[in-house]
Amino acid sequence: MGIAIYILAFVFILLGVYALIAKKNVIRIIIGIGILEYGVNLLLVLVGYRKGGMAPILANGQSSANLAGRAVDPLPQAMVLTSIVIGLSITALAVALAIRLYDKYGTFDMNDIRDLRG
Amino acid sequence: MLMETIVPLMVIIPLGAAFTVVILSNLKVVSRLARIIAPLAIAVNLTLSIWICVYSYYYGDATVWAGRWDGIAGRPIGIELVCDGFARLMLVTINLVAFAAIIFSTAYMERFTTIWLYDSLFLLMTGAMNGVVLSGDLFNMYVFIEIAAISSYGLVAFGTEREELEAAFKYLTLGVIGSTFILIGVTVLYSLTGQLNMTRVARIISLRGISQSPAVILAAASLIGGLSLKAAMVPFHAWLPDAHPSAPAPISAMLSGVLIKAAGVYAVVRIIFNVLGINPYYANVLIALGALSMVIGVFLAIGQWDFKRLLAYHSISQMGYVVMSIGVAAAVVARGGSMMAASLCMLGGLFHMFNHAAFKSLLFLSSGSIEQATGTRHLKKMGGLARRMPLTSFCCRVGALSIAGVPPFNGFFSKLIIIIGLVVAGYPILAALAVLVALMTLLSFIKVQRYALEGPVSEQTNSVRESSWQMGLGMVILAVVCVLAGLALIPLKQYLFDPAGNALLNKAASMKNLLVEAVK
Repeated sequence: MGIAIYILAFVFILLGVYALIAKKNVIRIIIGIGILEYGVNLLLVLVGYRKGGMAPILANGQSSANLAGRAVDPLPQAMVLTSIVIGLSITALAVALAIRLYDKYGTFDMNDIRDLRG
Repeated sequence: MLMETIVPLMVIIPLGAAFTVVILSNLKVVSRLARIIAPLAIAVNLTLSIWICVYSYYYGDATVWAGRWDGIAGRPIGIELVCDGFARLMLVTINLVAFAAIIFSTAYMERFTTIWLYDSLFLLMTGAMNGVVLSGDLFNMYVFIEIAAISSYGLVAFGTEREELEAAFKYLTLGVIGSTFILIGVTVLYSLTGQLNMTRVARIISLRGISQSPAVILAAASLIGGLSLKAAMVPFHAWLPDAHPSAPAPISAMLSGVLIKAAGVYAVVRIIFNVLGINPYYANVLIALGALSMVIGVFLAIGQWDFKRLLAYHSISQMGYVVMSIGVAAAVVARGGSMMAASLCMLGGLFHMFNHAAFKSLLFLSSGSIEQATGTRHLKKMGGLARRMPLTSFCCRVGALSIAGVPPFNGFFSKLIIIIGLVVAGYPILAALAVLVALMTLLSFIKVQRYALEGPVSEQTNSVRESSWQMGLGMVILAVVCVLAGLALIPLKQYLFDPAGNALLNKAASMKNLLVEAVK
């Protein structure tokens, strides 16, 4: 059971990379970016997971060693927040570019958006 | 104490200025004032970076903790800023190129609207690159790489015409894949060691003797793959020839000149030498990436007629030299060869990295100056510019002679050191390849000279005039660097390149000793 969710994270990552590389529609590529971000964020937050762990908040009268022995790792949670914010700004930028691309080319199909030669 | 104040300023000043520009430009009273903030901030940064270099040379490396908490176990927790030799070399390079580019763009960007957005993104990118090279923390490095990357996506699309938008979208798509793999690598290393600080991760990997374990190899593969994508090494180079020429000229200079180095080559070298620890496999990967980029880049460049696209392909090829020669240094250290050969290759690689920043930015700036005057980037439509635009042509020639490796310009010395280093280290075939690529580079730039600067004056170039003095000044600064860096190699080696090479080689060697002890 424990391994299944790691496999899910990697499935997300692979799906996202597949969408970014193989899909030709701008909107699908942006959705691929989203899936890729979810996969990595899931992986990141799983790193700090502990079975039956408690929230990493020091209760009144609890010793810090006791907390460290029972709580989940708080650092990946802080990292995943940063990662989510970065993902948000990339998605926002990608959507803004997609709107401008549609204005110029009148299509979302990357096969038709190729003024630049390889 | 002094360094504790100065080093964080390298990141704080540009980031702060980036947002100040936005605020001031939208206040009616002071909106004219806002134009000088960006050049001012970069000038201060350049001065500080040179000062840091000289100061650290006499008083040793500085390690600064931003947001330090001493913790319970007596080990400080926070964001470590490591200002060692390699970081100082990159700081000087970044701020030098940024200074020339921002002076150039004060005149070049006049034809665009919303210049304050440009200034702001430019400052964000520079500040983020300073952060990448100072960071001693894996996650912090990732965040700064992302800030630099996101602002560069915006800058590539800045013209918002068909080509720019297309290039920016392609660049963004591939950039996202690269940064995702970097983050996967960081995550795996964290889950393995429970640390993000580079020194501690390195220590734990060597003490536990797990540098060959599958998890470390997974992390290494993700990090090297992701960062080579950012560095546009040859199988991952497809985005660069689209993205770099589409940006405004000063941004092309920044992207080709420093971004692929700071966010790509610097990071991959730092991680291999100082975090994962060098072993023959990583060294061979670096050598293979470098040699492939060097050869394929120049073959792709030679058939190009678009001036900026030609320069972009040469960036791939020249960065191949850097990565290959640093890879050979790693291979020599990994098999316990002579330190002399390793440090020679390292010196060649680092010197070429600095030189490439100077001459490639210079060439991109002069291509921008030519494009603005003639309205074309196609070499066959230019001609006779040597008489019409004397200053631009002169600077363009200095850059072309430097990249082609003609003595006494800087490119000659760095290529010579790389070739000698390769022979001494026992790679004569690679040395022969390096000579061949140097000849083809020369050939390709003779073509540029022949079609753009010499020849009959075409219709398009008949009425052109020299560009304004700001653009001239930006180019002259870099041209002077190109000439001086070759002649002043000895002092530069003493103050910049030797500390940088030692920072990498000594740390790598000490990690190897730790590993040997751990195995015993």
